[in-house]
Amino acid sequence: MLYALFCYNSEEIVGSWTKEEDAAVMAKLAAVNERLIGEKKMGPVVRLMPTTAATTLRKTGKNRRLEAGDEPPLVLDGPFAETKEQLLGFFVVDCASLDEALSVARELGEANPGGAYEVRPIAFYLPGASVA
Amino acid sequence: MIDPAWIDLALRSARPRAVGALLRYFGNLDSAEEAFQEACLVALQKWPENGPPRDVAAWLILVGRNAGIDGARRRKKEKPLPPDEVMSDLDDAEGALAQRLDDAHYRDDVLRLLFVCCHPELPATQQIALALRVVSGLTVKEIARAFFVGETAMEQRITRAKARIAAAELPFEAPDPDQRAARIKVVAAMIYLVFNEGYAATGGEAHLRAPLAAEAIRLARLLLRLYPDEPEIMGLLALLLLQDARSSARLDAHGDIILLEDQDRTRWDRSAVAEGLALVDKAMRHRRPGPYQVQAAIAALHDRAARAEETDWSEIEALYLTLERLTPSPVVTLNRAVAVAKLRGPEAALAVIEPLAPPLAGYFYFFGVRGAMLAQLGRTDEARAAFAQAIALAHTAAEAAHIRNHLDRLGQPDAASPEDGRAGSR
Repeated sequence: MLYALFCYNSEEIVGSWTKEEDAAVMAKLAAVNERLIGEKKMGPVVRLMPTTAATTLRKTGKNRRLEAGDEPPLVLDGPFAETKEQLLGFFVVDCASLDEALSVARELGEANPGGAYEVRPIAFYLPGASVA
Repeated sequence: MIDPAWIDLALRSARPRAVGALLRYFGNLDSAEEAFQEACLVALQKWPENGPPRDVAAWLILVGRNAGIDGARRRKKEKPLPPDEVMSDLDDAEGALAQRLDDAHYRDDVLRLLFVCCHPELPATQQIALALRVVSGLTVKEIARAFFVGETAMEQRITRAKARIAAAELPFEAPDPDQRAARIKVVAAMIYLVFNEGYAATGGEAHLRAPLAAEAIRLARLLLRLYPDEPEIMGLLALLLLQDARSSARLDAHGDIILLEDQDRTRWDRSAVAEGLALVDKAMRHRRPGPYQVQAAIAALHDRAARAEETDWSEIEALYLTLERLTPSPVVTLNRAVAVAKLRGPEAALAVIEPLAPPLAGYFYFFGVRGAMLAQLGRTDEARAAFAQAIALAHTAAEAAHIRNHLDRLGQPDAASPEDGRAGSR
């Protein structure tokens, strides 16, 4: 089963890390990633820019297709949801069970303390082109 | 058991919001800071036991407010509140308070806190010191180190600045949109000053002052989080990120300036560049250009070029023309002249520069650029005179050393490099 591990944390706090602290956390995470990639358990790993870099497109059409009289989609600055802790990145992992996914999350959490991981089973996965 | 380092960061991150709200409650900076300090002490006691609160800022505001009220009673020799009462039903109250904080209120609180530090009667250095102390929560010692003064001297400076603010009318009424826009502008300028204090440092000072640049970026981010759809704040943050991205490449081992053109671009911080570019993109969408956006766009063109030769100088010239329209200034024109030199040669650049001589008679970079143009044209004696004037006007040893290099090269005509001397390319 594929799971997405969504990393939530206060970006104010993460943004207060010094460059050295940030690099140290990234290095610890890289070590965990390396191992899991070696075990073919870790897929894409994504770290997002701060929510201040985000733009949100609100699909405001009343119906699924825009019709005459519908408002066009609204483009807003900032993240979709204003939350105390923000979505800062995610991992895609291949695990046999929720327990295993949780143990991966626990391991990542030791490398990167604070905040939370949301473990969410993936319903549809398309690796797409190699974009990076 | 929570990590003490985490508590430290959480308190620091919540500080602007908490002190901003406490300033509104107590009406003066000292009480607000004191109350925040008290709340932090309680946090350090309670959190390791009870775990951190859901909303750190709301918790600190509530506890700080109670502590402040308690302190006022103590001073009036009234019976203090029992500490347990302060702490009881905190969870409910915290929830309610968090709710209230979610409206636009707290944005004005934080903006006010930043704004009071920018009191026009305060000289720029005091504004910066005050913001670093009050908003960022740096210790007096840390600030003193960044300004190369003793701790006592810095303490006095900050105390004086606070006294000046206390004597002035604090703007407690909620600002109308025009006032808010005006405040944002003043605060943005202050943040840029903080950044420059850190970024422009050279020599042995550089690593001591680097934290100021990082702090400015943090403040700009804070401001943008408060006002996520203000293109000028996007521009400000982008500008800081795009400049700061080059910081590890802009000084040599002796702390001397390496010009943009000669920097090892592989040492630029790619993630800072990427974020800066993303913000410039976002800002442009609003089609409300302003000076920070234009400067960020110029920085973006430099940062986008993988090699100096790939720099899009005609776009840079166009952007400087826009900047001159938005904020006419001989310094901006001088910067445009550098782009003109790249595009149409030193003669054309000199034509742009000449009229600037009277307003820029005391400006280091004017003579640096002028000297470089004259050197390119082979007008060696005039170039030498211009460089000599630049050295006389240099603010730092690194600036003077840089010009001396030019002079040395003039002495050896074959080695003369026509490539140097840009005003805006530090």
